[in-house]
Order: sequence, then C-alpha cells, then structure tokens
Amino acid sequence: MTMLPGPTPKKLGLAIDLDTCVGCNACVTACKGWNDQGYGAPLSDQNPYGSDPSGTFLNRVHSYEVQPPDGPAQVVNFPRSCLHCEAAPCVTVCPTGASYKRAEDGIVLVNEDACIGCGLCAWACPYGARELDQAAGVMKKCTLCVDRIYNDNLPEVDRVPACVRTCPTGARHFGDFADPNSNVSRLSAERGGMELMPELGTMPVNRYLPPREKGVEQTSPLAPLLDIRATGLAGWLDLVLSRF
Amino acid sequence: MHPAPSVILFTTLSGLGFGFLAFLGAGCLHPASMTAFLLWGLGYALAVGGLLFSTLHLGNPQRAWRAFSQWRTSWLSREGWASVVTLLLLPPVALSDWLGLGWSRLPGMIGAAMCFVTIFTTSMIYAQLKTIPRWNHWITPVLFLAFSGTGGAILAGKVWLAVGGCVVLAAVLVAGWRIGDGRFETVGATMESATGLGSIGKVRVFERGHTAGNYLLREMIFVVGRKHAARLRVIALALAAVVPALILLVAGPHPVAIALAALCHLIGAMAQRWLFFAEAEHVVGLYYGQR
Amino acid sequence: MSQPILNLSPAVSDEVRKTTCYMCACRCGINVHLKSGKVSYIEGNRAHPVNKGVLCAKGASGIMQVTAPSRLRAPLRRVGPRGSGAFEEISWDEALALAVSWMKPLRETAPEKLAFFTGRDQSQSLTGWWAQNFGTPNYAAHGGFCSVNMAAGGIYTIGGAFWEFGQPDWDRTKLFVMFGVAEDHDSNPIKIGLGKLKARGARVIGVNPIRTGYNAIADDWLPITPGTDGLLILSLIHCLFEAGKIDLEYLAQWTNAPLLVNDTEGPEKGLILKNAESQPFVIDRRTGNPAPWDGKGVQPDLGAVWDGHRTVFQHMAERYLSPDYAPEAVADRCGIPAARIRALAAELADVAFNQSIEIAQAWTDFRGNRHETMPGRPVSFHAMRGISAHSNGFQTARALHLLQIVLGTVEVPGGYRFKPPYPKPVEAHPTPNFVAVPGKPLSGPHLGYVRGPEQLALKPDGSPARIDKAFSWENPFSAHGLMHMLIPNAHAGDPYRIDTLFLYMANMAWNSSMNTAKVMEMLTDKGPDGDYIIPRIIYSDAYASEMVAYADLILPDTTYLERHDCISLLDRPISEPDAAGDSIRWPVVEPDRDVRCFQTVLLDLGARLGLPGMTNEDGSAKFRDYADYIANHQRRPGVGPLIGFRGNGEAEGRGAPNPDQMQRYIESGGFYQAHVPEEALFYKPWNQAYQDWAVATSFYETPQPYLFSIWSEPMRRFQLAAEGQGAIQPPDHMRARLKQAMDPLPAWYPPFGDEGAEGYPIHALTQRPMDMYHSWGTQNAWLRQIRGMNFLYLPTKVWEAHGFSDGDYARVTSPNGEITVPVAHMAALNENTIWTWNAIGKRKAAWALDEGASEATEGFLLNHLISELLPEKDDGMRWSNSDPVTGQAAWFDLRVRVERVGPRDHSEPAFGPVPRVVPKGEDRA
Ligand SMILES: Nc1nc2c(c(=O)[nH]1)N[C@H]1C(S)=C(S)[C@@H](COP(=O)(O)OP(=O)(O)OC[C@H]3O[C@@H](n4cnc5c(=O)[nH]c(N)nc54)[C@H](O)[C@@H]3O)O[C@H]1N2
Ligand SMILES: Nc1nc2c(c(=O)[nH]1)N[C@H]1C(S)=C(S)[C@@H](COP(=O)(O)OP(=O)(O)OC[C@H]3O[C@@H](n4cnc5c(=O)[nH]c(N)nc54)[C@H](O)[C@@H]3O)O[C@H]1N2
Ligand code: SF4
Ligand code: SF4
Ligand code: SF4
Ligand code: SF4
Ligand code: SF4
Ligand SMILES: [Mo]
Repeated sequence: MTMLPGPTPKKLGLAIDLDTCVGCNACVTACKGWNDQGYGAPLSDQNPYGSDPSGTFLNRVHSYEVQPPDGPAQVVNFPRSCLHCEAAPCVTVCPTGASYKRAEDGIVLVNEDACIGCGLCAWACPYGARELDQAAGVMKKCTLCVDRIYNDNLPEVDRVPACVRTCPTGARHFGDFADPNSNVSRLSAERGGMELMPELGTMPVNRYLPPREKGVEQTSPLAPLLDIRATGLAGWLDLVLSRF
Repeated sequence: MHPAPSVILFTTLSGLGFGFLAFLGAGCLHPASMTAFLLWGLGYALAVGGLLFSTLHLGNPQRAWRAFSQWRTSWLSREGWASVVTLLLLPPVALSDWLGLGWSRLPGMIGAAMCFVTIFTTSMIYAQLKTIPRWNHWITPVLFLAFSGTGGAILAGKVWLAVGGCVVLAAVLVAGWRIGDGRFETVGATMESATGLGSIGKVRVFERGHTAGNYLLREMIFVVGRKHAARLRVIALALAAVVPALILLVAGPHPVAIALAALCHLIGAMAQRWLFFAEAEHVVGLYYGQR
Repeated sequence: MSQPILNLSPAVSDEVRKTTCYMCACRCGINVHLKSGKVSYIEGNRAHPVNKGVLCAKGASGIMQVTAPSRLRAPLRRVGPRGSGAFEEISWDEALALAVSWMKPLRETAPEKLAFFTGRDQSQSLTGWWAQNFGTPNYAAHGGFCSVNMAAGGIYTIGGAFWEFGQPDWDRTKLFVMFGVAEDHDSNPIKIGLGKLKARGARVIGVNPIRTGYNAIADDWLPITPGTDGLLILSLIHCLFEAGKIDLEYLAQWTNAPLLVNDTEGPEKGLILKNAESQPFVIDRRTGNPAPWDGKGVQPDLGAVWDGHRTVFQHMAERYLSPDYAPEAVADRCGIPAARIRALAAELADVAFNQSIEIAQAWTDFRGNRHETMPGRPVSFHAMRGISAHSNGFQTARALHLLQIVLGTVEVPGGYRFKPPYPKPVEAHPTPNFVAVPGKPLSGPHLGYVRGPEQLALKPDGSPARIDKAFSWENPFSAHGLMHMLIPNAHAGDPYRIDTLFLYMANMAWNSSMNTAKVMEMLTDKGPDGDYIIPRIIYSDAYASEMVAYADLILPDTTYLERHDCISLLDRPISEPDAAGDSIRWPVVEPDRDVRCFQTVLLDLGARLGLPGMTNEDGSAKFRDYADYIANHQRRPGVGPLIGFRGNGEAEGRGAPNPDQMQRYIESGGFYQAHVPEEALFYKPWNQAYQDWAVATSFYETPQPYLFSIWSEPMRRFQLAAEGQGAIQPPDHMRARLKQAMDPLPAWYPPFGDEGAEGYPIHALTQRPMDMYHSWGTQNAWLRQIRGMNFLYLPTKVWEAHGFSDGDYARVTSPNGEITVPVAHMAALNENTIWTWNAIGKRKAAWALDEGASEATEGFLLNHLISELLPEKDDGMRWSNSDPVTGQAAWFDLRVRVERVGPRDHSEPAFGPVPRVVPKGEDRA
C-alpha cells in the first residue's frame, strides 16, 4: 500500500486563507475533539495537569512575524496540518503499508491496525503533519475527517471536516482540487494559492491563500472647505450650511 | 533529530555486527570449533542485538512483522528483508566453521555481500529523507558502509585492512561533516518557503502555536547539546578511526588489542551516531523557527 | 495489500442535546453529543443566532472543562486560618444554615453589611433582584472593572454601545475600523463578521498598539500610543469638519445638534434650552422660528442662534475645528503621523459619502415623516477595552460614537446597528436605588443611569452610600459599580465596614484584582481585636480557583452542562439586529458530585431568609429551583425572564407564565428569537414601526424615540455642580477634576496614568488570548497545551536598547511594584508599548494543577504592577485608578520601566502554593 496510487480522480484538500485566519485555535481543538472520539485511537494527552503536558494534535496554528522591506512588521497566523501530498513521502517510506493514500480521493491515512509506530513517516513529512500518539503507539495525522465528509449520519452541510465547520472566520475551505470549478480551485486560482516547500517535491494538495497586500488606501485627501483661520467659524458655518 | 539510544545502538551494533559477519562469511578468518562458535556468536549477537534494539523504538513492536511487507517502496522494509536473508544465509558456513563440516563457502560469500547490502539498506532509511538534508546525500551510505567495513576489519583482526579502513573512515567522516554542514542551505528550504510568506519579507516565529511539548519537538527538533558538537566530532574521529588504528599498529592483532580497538571504535561510532542524529536538522524545525 | 475498508459513516453519537456554551460570556449555541450518557463531542449549533454553527477554541474544548479535575465536589467550611486551606466538607443543609445564620441578622439590622458582588454572572437579573430584596445597596457584577466605559459612553450618547447593544452591519459595511479589540465578548460573531468582510474583500483597519489576531488580518494598522484614541478620533472629526464631510441631514434629524444650548449665566447655563412646556426645541429653517424638536416636517436649523443661544452644532464646530485637534497637533502624542490621520479621515469620508448605499424599504419616523428608502453609509466601527480600560475611556467612547454620528452611520444600512432591547436612551433606564432599611427590600434596582447630582448614591452626610463608592462624586456614572474597589474599600472600612462578603464567580484573589498580592493580604488581614477585617467571606465557584482558598464558606456550583440558566432580555440577551433573542441552559448531564446550581441555591437562601418574591405567604419557598423561577417569575405582569413561548405557548414578549416554556426552549435548540419586522430593521430609535414592535415585545411600556446626545445634559449638570451651581455640591477637591471629566461634548484629557509616569516611559498592556478565558481556561487539558505560559512581548526598540536575547527575563517596575518575567521580541508593536496575554499566570496548586506547572512557575500576571489607587495628590487624597466618570478600572493606564536581568527559571513574585481543595489532577477523564 505504500505504493502511491498515481493521479487520483479527486484531490480532496483544504484551502487555508492566511488573509483571514485570526489564529484563534478553534480548528485545533475542534479537530482534537472530533478525532479524539472518532477515527482510530483517541488523541491522548500525557501529564495533562502536570508540569510538562504533551498531547497529540493533528492541527496546530503558528503565528509568524513577517518584516517587509518597507512598512511595519506583519503578523500572519498559520494553521498547519496534513497537506495530503500527491507525492507523499510519508507513504512510500512506511514499511508496513499502514500509511497509504486513498486511490479514490487522495486522502492520506494511517491504518492504525497495521502501524508499528516506527515514526519513519513522520520523519519523511516536511510539514510536521504527523504526531505519534504516545498512549496508542501509532502514528496519527489529519484524516481530512474522512469519517465526516462521507458520513450519511450527518446532515449534508455537516459533511465537511470538523476544523472547517468550526472555523469562525471561514478561513478554511474544503473541496476537490481536481475539479477546476470547485470552490477551492477557484479560490486558489483567484488568490494565488501557494504550495509549501515546493522544493521538496511533495506536491501538496492543500493550498495557502497568501495575505492580501496591506497599507494605506490611496484616496484623494480631504480638501479644507476654506481657510478657517482667515474666515473664522462664521464663514465655515455659512459655507457648510449653504450646501445643506 | 532526537538521538534515541535505541536507534544509536541499533545502527552501531548491527553495523559492526554485519561488518564482522561479512568478514566471517567471506572466510577472511579461519576460526574453528569453540573460537568459531564464539566469533560467529559475537557477530550474530551484535547484528541481531542491534536489530532488536531497533524495535525498542517502535510504538507497537508486536506488529514488527508487518514491516516486511513494503519492500517495493520502503527502505525500512527492505532492510528487514536484507537482514533476515543475510542472517539466514550465513548459518551453514557458521555451522561448518564451528563443527568443521567443510561445507561450501558460497553462501558465506553471498552472505557477506548481503551484509553490506543490509548496511546499505539501513543507511538508505536515513539517506532517502529529503526532509533531513544532512542525511539526504550519497555520503550517508558511504559512511555507514565505511563504519561497517572498518568495524568488521578491526574485529577480524586484519590489521592492514583495519588501518586502511580507519583511514578511509576518517576521510569519510570528515567529508560527511563538511558536506553535511552545508546541506540544509543547499536544499534551500527556509522559513520563507515553509510558510510561503517570503514574498512579503523575512519571516520569524512570533508564537509557535503551543507552549506544551509535542512529538515533533521531541523527535525532530532536537537542539539540546548541539553546542558540544565540535568537541564530540573530535572524540568520534579519534575513537572510531585514529585510536583503533594506532592500537592495532602498535600492538598487532593481539586479542586484547583487537578487543580494545573494537571497543574504542564502537564508542567512537556511538559518538558519531549521536552526532548523526543530534546534528541532523529536520525541515519541520522551520515551522518552529528552529533547526 | 489493498486499501483497508473504512466505515465512512460511523454513528456520531447516541443523542444530541442543544444548550448554550459557557466557556466564555459569548453564549454560543452548542450541540452536545452523548455516548452512553457521557459527553462525547461538542460542536456549534448551526441554527443558533450567535455562532451559526461555529465554535471557538474554548467552546470546542468544553468536554475538558466538564471533566476537569479542578471541579469542586461538595460544600466546604473553613476550619483553619483563612487562606490556610483547612476546610471540611459539609452538607448543603449545613452550608445553607450557616449562610443564613450570618446573613439573617444583617438583614434585620444593617443590610448594607452584606456585600453581594458577582463576577462573570449571566443571571444578573436574578442576582440583582435577590440583592434588592435582601435590601443591601452593595450589589454589582463585574462591569465596573470590565467595560462600563464602553457601555455607559454608548448609552449616554446613542442609547446603546457595542457587543450586546449592537454591532456592525457585517453584510453591508465596506469599511470597518476596530479600536483596541483583541477578542471581546462577541467572540464568534466578530470573527464571523470579519470573515464576511474578508470574503467580500471589504476593508478592515485596526487601531491598536499591538498587531495580533484581528489586527493581524487588518488591511491597515495604526500602532497608536495607548490612551490617545480620543485625540485621534477627535482629530478625524476635525478633518471631517474642516472639509465639510459631515452628514448634516443626519445631524439635524436624529441628534441634538440642532437643539440650543442655554447661554444664560446661572444654574441653567450649558443645559439644553427648554420652552415653557419644558421641552427642548429647534429653530425651523423654513420659518426661522422655534419649533418642536419632534414636530412633523420641521427642518431644524443647525446654524441657528436664538436669543444669543447657539445650537449644539455650533458648539461642536467651534470645538472640533480648533487647531488643537489638527492632525499635526496630535500626531506625536498619538504616535501616528499626521498624513496617516488625514488619509484615514479621507477614507472614512470617501466610503461614507461617495459609496453610500440604499435599501428600498419605506418607513415612517416618529415625527410622522414618511421616508421612501433607507439610505446607508457603509462605514462601521467596533471598540472595546483598548478604549474602555483607560481613565479617559468614557469620553473616548463618546468621541467614537460622535465620529459615527457625524458620518451618519448609526442605525443605517452598512453602519452600526442596535440589537433589541436596544436602542434605549438614558431616560429609559432606572436611576440607582441605594437606601438600606433594615428588614426591607431596596426601593428598586441598584444600578442605573444617573441624570444629575440628585441621583447620586450619597448618604445624607454626603458620603458614599455604597461600599464601592459607585455613584459618588468620584465616579458619578458608575452604572456597573466598581468591583475592583470592593475589597480595598471593605478592608479600609471606607466608607464603612461590612460584615459578609458574598462573591460569585469572580477570581478576586487573583486576576480580577489590581494589586493582587495586596488584595490577598487584605483578605486575610486581622484587626487589633484578632478578628478578620473582612469578617466573613462566602464564595461560589465551580472550580478550584485561587479565590476559593480565601473563603469561609464555599458553595460549589455545577458546570455549565449540568444546570439551568437563562440568558434573558431582562439582562444581557443574545439578540441580533434583526431579532430579539434569549436562550437557556439545561442539565444535559447530571452532576456526579455534591454540587448545586448557584441560582437555585440563591433562591433557596432567599426563601430561608424570607425574602419577598422568593417566599410564599406561608413562608415556604416560592420556587422549586432556578428552572421553576425562569418559567414562573414575573418582573412585571406578563413579563418574565424569557420572551418565547409565553402564555399558551404562542405568546411572544408578553404573556402569562407557561409551565411548558423550558421544554419548548429545549425542543427549539435552547433559544428563541422574535424577529424585527422589515420596516423596523433600521433607524430604530426613530422608526415608528420599531418603536411599536418594541412595546409589543415588552422592551418598553410606551414608545421611546429620542435624539442622540452629542451634547450631554447629565454631564453638564455635574459640571455645573462643580462650578458651584445647585444645591448638591461636590467636595472642593473634586471640582477641577469634575469640570474636566464631565465635559458635555466629547473631549480628551491625558490618562491619569501619565501623571507620575516620569521614569516609567513604557506603556504596559494585556490582551485576551482567543483560546483562553481569563483564569478558568487553564484547567482545560487541551487549552493549557496551547497556552500554558506567557511572555512579555517587547518592541524592537526596547529589545535592542537593553540587549535582550531569547530566554531572557526582564524586571518590570511600575510606581506600584515590580515583577521579573520571561520576555520575547515582537516587531509589530507600538515602539513604546510592552504587553502580555492576560491571566495566564496562576498560583501554584490552583486549578488542580501540579505545583510545577509552567503557568505557576514562568507564567505571570501584570496585575501586581497595577494599583487600585492613584498616587497621592497634593491634597493627600488617593483616588481610585478609575475613569472619573464611570469608575471603570483603568487597567491600561499602566506605565513601567524595563531592565534586562538575563536568563531565569521562574517569574517573580513567586507565591507559595494555594491549599488544595480538590486532589491534583492526574490523567484525563
Ligand atoms: N491585568 C489585567 N487584569 C484584568 C483584565 C485585564 O485586561 N488586564 N481584565 C479585567 C476584566 S475586563 C475582567 S472581566 C476580569 C475577569 O476576571 P474574573 O471575573 O475573575 O474572571 P475569571 O478568571 O473568568 O474568574 C471567574 C471565576 O468564575 C469561576 N467560574 C467559572 N465557571 C463557573 C460556574 O459555572 N459557576 C461558578 N460559580 N463559578 C464559575 C472560575 O472558576 C473563576 O474562579 O479580569 C480583569 N483583570
Ligand atoms: N477568549 C477570550 N475572550 C474573552 C475574554 C477572555 O478572557 N478570553 N474576556 C472577555 C472579557 S471579560 C472582556 S472585558 C472582553 C474584552 O475584550 P477586548 O476589548 O478585546 O479586551 P482585551 O483583550 O483586553 O483587549 C484590549 C485591546 O486593546 C488594545 N489596547 C490597549 N490600550 C489601547 C489603547 O489605548 N488604544 C487602542 N486603540 N487599543 C488599546 C490592546 O492591545 C488589546 O488589543 O473579552 C471577552 N472575551
Ligand atoms: S479556526 Fe480558522 S481563524 Fe481560527 S485558527 Fe483555525 S483557521 Fe485560523
Ligand atoms: S503533509 Fe506530510 S503527512 Fe501529509 S501527505 Fe504530505 S508528507 Fe504526508
Ligand atoms: S509509524 Fe506507522 S505509519 Fe508511520 S511509517 Fe511507521 S508503520 Fe508506517
Ligand atoms: S480535516 Fe479533520 S483531521 Fe484534518 S485538521 Fe481538519 S479536523 Fe483535523
Ligand atoms: S465564544 Fe467560544 S467559549 Fe464563548 S460561548 Fe462561544 S463557543 Fe463558547
Ligand atoms: Mo471583562
């Protein structure tokens, strides 16, 4: 199974809008909540009330400061989860076949029953998208909520990943990148959706929509009605109220 | 990368073991009866012991057998096969040596070759990883093979081979460090490419997203102790190559000298392996502003 | 091997129960999934008006809250010294009997000796009513240290403010400007709104010293110097006036700009001129003669002068055209270049006046004038504590509303919209009631909106009637009380001593106090007689917070999934501009501990004390529990806590109590909405259709149209008093301050923190993290992994000047104290400002955490640096560190200096562990 399936008819993934993400971490805990009780082993936490807590999360939100050559520094919030790469190195390195890319929709998954927890797939992933669960000893990663998106027990609108459903700003978009007319393909085309670390040849499916350009809007400056110092308040009043 | 003891022991012991087994298999030594038993035993103990240590690294070692299934794509799987095949090829010659059966050495010759194939597959587990530029280079298999060959030669008491091996190893080590130190830059992954924000400007971490630890930070973003790297490199070079060569040159193939040289070499190998991991920077560190 | 076969349609849960989140005060609707009777998953309720399906990081971690090991388990009575942690578990009967034995004598002799203050209370209409029936004047919730400036500034100006009062027209606005907001109570709605703007490509501007979160995604960012927003805003107004880019029609029709200001020297000077019928009037442009302010067809003349009295508009023009407010004059102080201020003014004017919009909806105003359309100016604003938590915050909030008004963008399409029951002018609010009579209830509610000195809560001798000195000369408009002064005043016996401090849901021994270390001492301090200076403390919390350790009696509450609650239109509802709304909580799981819903306990206490309203004629309890109260209590005939399903189940707003009401709410997803008719959706304060609907839906008894108060008469009345007019006079030492603070036109003065700030060149702020709620998020196993410690963020200038590097600590000193804390560098920050996340630092062993938890070792509070009192004045007086108008705690006036101390492994001050009232948490449930 660690053979990659070749081009998949669907390429499901996320378009994440860095111009909209406020870094609220809602997607982080919604993901944790859903996956703690859903697909596979729970996402365990070690020492949760102790001095050195640590747990498994499938989605993390970083915050970067970017310094443009001119203008003030910017802060960009940056969610990071599996990008469901087309040339997923995490899959091919897996010795057990536990890691695989679904032929039908391109979702990269771990078959936890077969995983020996060797960690090699996590080493192979450039994006830190895999975390080995300490309690279960198996590799965990974003499932693209495969147990939601096709789930007949959920109303149609809810058949989207938990992180997408919860994102308060709507910065996360789920869809099929193989379809050029899908929401995500269009957004990515319009907004210049980016691949992360293209130099590593992983061909990620997920796209990041870059922050829009920031700064002062160029509007024509407001011209004073008249020289108030010269004409005084009365002149101003006359002029203003005459236009009323 | 986190220099986990299990992985250090795995790669160093099995490297040494397979190297030695290669010498035994190829018939470079002519041990008989109890000596044969002990030497073959030593080779097997090192190789198998090393392999067993590798399972300590697993979250679910009871399923280790599954690791054989993906030989078509996975170097780890291939390594599993190579080591098993190797370990199965050699018993006839071992038995023959021990009991003086005089069987053909052909399986031994093949087994010896397979020992190096095994080492090669092991090295490729690391060398294949584009995410760890320092490893992702042909020097990595060369290094592993050099270690294995040199270690094997030392244990085999082949003074001139061992000394030659030590010289090569030293050169490879130095080359490996020189190449490795520039690899991250050569590959070109940066915080800017990792985040895609380079078109705006220079990127730095403001908040890393979680104050608690996680698997990535423990496993892949090991920065502790790198400051001792320079000193450790000297120690590794000295213990793995220089000192064993000197011992053997001075004392000749005396068993005590061999044992001492081998021990020295092994400790040096372990020091090198610790560095191999500790100095290896995973690109995921870029997300955390660390390498 | 082929791909494993997956079950793509696993059953999600056995059952979904819909209730209301309480991981913060935003009150989102949640679907609680249960498996085998246990909470298995929590998601947002898509139908809910507040969050429309989304949840924040906290809401989605609710499962870790209701299973937290920090949950209190049973009532506790202190047995050792206070603060030592020696408690014994007692039964509820014992606990209630003990409380009654303390309270009953107080009620019979001196009800003011009970001070009942509630923190993050969502049942203020109950808690306030209880205190009123007890008869103590000493009741308030947390608004005084939170954001009363924003609330009162809005009410006194436009009859509403942000959050619960109103919000931007997210669907139509084209330019949105945020002043000093990191998260706010409207957590999810603001994020949803911002998402809408971003999806449309509308423009967002952030005015904030710090560029994180919302400001990070803002298209433009103005790194203002803290405390100077008022100046910036008035400068924007200056630019708009200068260019004549003001909505004259709007000002003439809907504001008091055309009213005349009395110019006659004497007690009426500066008040709005009235006619013989005591009605204000305008000069009709058509006739040049006086005309009623609410006359049909009248065209008020903004420029009128009548008998020497000038219009408010002329006073405005005179003030704001002054060169003092020119961008060039304020730029340095605000830290914003003049050109950028001018550019922002131009952008505001451009969108308001050149990109105006219109909805084809006819409506009739209160004067009877018919309007064929609803024109709109798609500029909107939001502001919160960045403005509020300064000592000039009230005036700054007023200035912001004035900016909205001159742009004509309040209650118009694309602008700012009220949420019912707002708009509500000052006149529609009660005035404070405060006279304590033994054995009797108070004459009315405690909190209200003062219109003049005669409504201050003063004793006959002129001293404050309330323990927090609310509604005194020090802070006349303290509409939410001053919770931050409660403990200091009680400790000082100023204005008098109290006996029992009854606190609910406020972590006053930690993050909600200024000068925390001192407050902890006050709580345990004994007088010369060996008795505690604050004799008794009763506290209700649900968790092992820092405050619990200081109580004598602990009443353990349920968690939010285990109780009934009601988010009521009598209090702080969940309305949207398009619909009035209220909601409930109900026990979706049963408590597994000996805990009780606090509101039920309060009603029980009320009955045991025989309080009116809670007791039947025969002395028995009137209400079984809170749920019973919610359904059956009537505030006025036909008006109760919930507006939905009244009477026979069909009545809305008004109607007899319906025993099935709670069940109907549960079936409806936990909330109810009464939709505003189409014709009433905008121009609400003046829209006949809206006014009629509001009366029908029980918000008013009669229509209440009004004009926006650009010129504030209540403020002027206090200024007059300060000038020596009138019978009720302030103490002399307060006159100058009152004259300045109670300016009837929005004004700016430097924050009081600037006084005595020599040697403390740096501003120090806190921000709310979106993923933590004050102190109580830390007990959450998931959230604390995201944010388990805080750093002090230093701007590049400070970072480099002191040679800081990663891993360093800094010593931060204010006039009040010193802390030593870990630092980090941040470039996207006002160059004279440092900041940290609020309330991440914890006491050791609190919240069932390990003593070595990073929150308690490295984490820290800024509160130690903030004094509840300002430095001594020349006259030897120390005023509270509050806004002089409202008493709002001035958290953000803080000034400090910073020194590098190099690497350390823990923050200072480091306090010893708090005693454990629950065992240390081990594994996750
Ligand atoms: N430095 C600085 N300090 C500040 C601020 C700042 O900006 N900077 N902000 C101030 C502001 S605006 C505020 S509002 C305050 C907030 O400060 P607090 O009002 O103290 O808020 P919390 O920390 O949320 O604590 C509330 C208490 O309620 C308890 N609680 C939680 N749920 C329940 C429940 O269901 N029932 C009961 N009975 N108790 C419960 C919690 O355990 C906790 O002890 O902090 C103020 N302090
Ligand atoms: N997640 C979460 N949500 C919360 C809370 C929480 O603890 N956690 N607390 C709730 C409570 S009680 C409250 S009161 C609200 C408060 O909500 P906010 O008003 O968002 O409160 P703060 O986080 O204190 O943010 C104050 C903001 O004002 C900025 N600021 C400070 N001084 C100035 C100034 O002079 N000018 C300008 N322009 N900006 C300034 C600060 O940089 C900061 O961004 O949030 C509520 N919502
Ligand atoms: S939920 Fe949305 S806005 Fe919040 S951090 Fe995730 S992607 Fe960003
Ligand atoms: S992001 Fe990482 S885990 Fe996901 S498919 Fe790509 S390489 Fe694999
Ligand atoms: S950890 Fe599991 S999934 Fe990953 S490579 Fe090893 S066996 Fe495969
Ligand atoms: S798609 Fe599902 S599993 Fe992946 S990050 Fe989102 S919530 Fe987590
Ligand atoms: S904003 Fe978050 S914590 Fe607050 S009520 Fe809504 S979901 Fe709950
Ligand atoms: Mo607050």
